[in-house]
Amino acid sequence: MILRLAIGSLFARALTVGMTVLAIALSVALFLGVEKLRTGARASFADTISGTDLIVGARSGSVQLLLYSVFRIGNATNNVSWESFQDIASRPEVDWAVPISLGDSHREFRVMGTTPEFFRRYEYRGGRSLEFAEGRGLDDLYDAVIGADVAAALGYEVGDPIVVSHGLASFTDHDDQPFRIAGITARTGTPVDRTVIVSLEAIEAIHVDWRGGGKTGAATPVEAIRAMELTPTAITAALVGVKSRLRIFTLQRWINDYPEEPLLAILPGVALQELWAIVGVAETALVGVSAMVVLTALLGMTAMIFSTLNERRREMAIWRAMGARPATILGLLVLEAMLMAAAGAVLGAALLYAGLAAGRPLVDAAFGIWLPIEPPNARELWTLAAVIGAAALASLLPALRAYRLSLADGMMVRT
Amino acid sequence: MSRPEPAPALAPAPRAEPRPALALRDVAFAWPGAGRGRGGFGLRCPDFSLAQGESVLLLGASGSGKSTLLSLICGIVAADAGVVAVAGTDLRGLSAGARDRFRAERIGVIFQQFNLLPYASVSDNILLPLRFAPERRARAGEGAAEVRRLCAALGLPADAPETPAGRLSVGQQQRVAVARALIGRPGLIVADEPTSALDAAAQDAFLGLLFGQAEDAGSSLLMVSHDPRLGERFDRVVRIEDIAAAERNP
Ligand SMILES: Nc1ncnc2c1ncn2[C@@H]1O[C@H](COP(=O)(O)OP(=O)(O)OP(=O)(O)O)[C@@H](O)[C@H]1O
Ligand SMILES: [Mg+2]
Repeated sequence: MILRLAIGSLFARALTVGMTVLAIALSVALFLGVEKLRTGARASFADTISGTDLIVGARSGSVQLLLYSVFRIGNATNNVSWESFQDIASRPEVDWAVPISLGDSHREFRVMGTTPEFFRRYEYRGGRSLEFAEGRGLDDLYDAVIGADVAAALGYEVGDPIVVSHGLASFTDHDDQPFRIAGITARTGTPVDRTVIVSLEAIEAIHVDWRGGGKTGAATPVEAIRAMELTPTAITAALVGVKSRLRIFTLQRWINDYPEEPLLAILPGVALQELWAIVGVAETALVGVSAMVVLTALLGMTAMIFSTLNERRREMAIWRAMGARPATILGLLVLEAMLMAAAGAVLGAALLYAGLAAGRPLVDAAFGIWLPIEPPNARELWTLAAVIGAAALASLLPALRAYRLSLADGMMVRT
Repeated sequence: MSRPEPAPALAPAPRAEPRPALALRDVAFAWPGAGRGRGGFGLRCPDFSLAQGESVLLLGASGSGKSTLLSLICGIVAADAGVVAVAGTDLRGLSAGARDRFRAERIGVIFQQFNLLPYASVSDNILLPLRFAPERRARAGEGAAEVRRLCAALGLPADAPETPAGRLSVGQQQRVAVARALIGRPGLIVADEPTSALDAAAQDAFLGLLFGQAEDAGSSLLMVSHDPRLGERFDRVVRIEDIAAAERNP
């Protein structure tokens, strides 16, 4: 009955209570959203690559190398010459080495040249291999394999033609050499989903008529190109697997000391850690700010309770006259605060899920983070419980004041 | 478990004894917090009592301490000295919590106006004191049926119990307050100017209902007013100056 009356009292003040609940809900949604994004980003980053022991690229920062080679974020400042790659690939420690060549694009998606071995060697989420949802791998020079997101976003199917653009975000198309979609990979939740994969030779082929960033004269006929030797002169990076994990560091040192060219070999796991060390600061700041927003909303609620205390003295006197103890009045106010916070928490969680459902494709498109929509985990439930608990604590201040007022007022409050 | 039979419990044990429904002896009280603008009002009441089933009208000017006296009798504040006994129990001997419980069990309270929680239904308002008084709840028997009986007896519309109290007219609200004071037949009904918000005709009808129901329940009635015209219905009319001395300490 007390619960029913408390709810009735809240509904009777629907407007102010509604605003307070909304403020709490928005702050809770923000907090949970930031948490979701944070853990989602972490998981999706960590799951992006496995089974690769070393990533090799031109010398730069290890985080930078990781970002452009695996996440297709940013660009390589330098290439790795084909000779260097050959040297590395023929090292006795090396089990396999897959070259990748980046730099062209198709619409908003990046194009990656590689060898067919990529499909066998690339692993994600603890050892899962790429699979084809439709079609098959690279066979012909002008075959392309597209990721699930590319297919979904552009409505492509196997057999469709696809034209690669020169560079990133450019208006120059390699339209004289169209590709044909040979396969679509199954969704992985990794940047592969957002990549157009062609063979390394194809990357060479479409640049035959290009010299130093510009197109030269008339287009060479496709037949002539097919007859050419299309060995690349340089690649962007290489994924390397070693025969024995014990040899990783030997190989890494060898590559980093490679005399012909400044190279960098990184362990993906270590680089990921470094990345998180950088992102971690921002991450903590973000969590801190959103926690402050929740506190602000709760403070607003406390102020609201304080401001209504005076006009509710009459009501408190009625409760007292009916036999309620001052402690009951205190409990009543705390209960109301907890109900508001609970309503805010539930509404906030609902807002979060609605926001997730609506914003998920956007986040995925913008950051390549596929946020999972799943029932709230223990941590989130604890967060919600903590919000309700904090509301109870915050409401103690006005509740204690009501307690003292109801003791001092006696039974007959003049109105 | 079957519901406890209300009938045997109804036999009101306290009424069998001739002790007074209310007795004040050598009571002294002063509001705390003097100097905070309220000016430390105090009250002394050497002797005042109310017999079982008796109805008394307490007259006094505004600010003479009528409401203060009622707060004392209801045990919302505790006397500094003396005996405030309701149905033979000295309230000063009870802890604050026990006094609250005692009030819920034994005393029905009616205010001048704004008696009800406007957001709660009439039924919830009437049942509210029972929430804090298990014995009175048992005496009331089946709550919903008792609410309906009281509403009908007090001339409230049949759909009144479900209506939010705030929607009723002032006169109807006062009658709901009577129903709330009477449910579970408490031995003492205390009313602080319950008719002052009503016009003369409504006052008369209201008092008729109040007396009828209090008599039915066998409750004593102590009503406070500044209007001597109401006196004729009561067994006794008392002026506050005659029973209590006000003290104002600057
Ligand atoms: N809660 C309180 N705290 C301190 N002083 C109070 C309190 N309630 C009443 N008083 C003081 O006690 C005095 C008597 O007030 P009280 O309400 O008992 O008079 P009353 O006879 O009921 O007057 P009215 O007819 O206007 O209701 C006043 O001077 C008032 O200031
Ligand atoms: Mg008064």
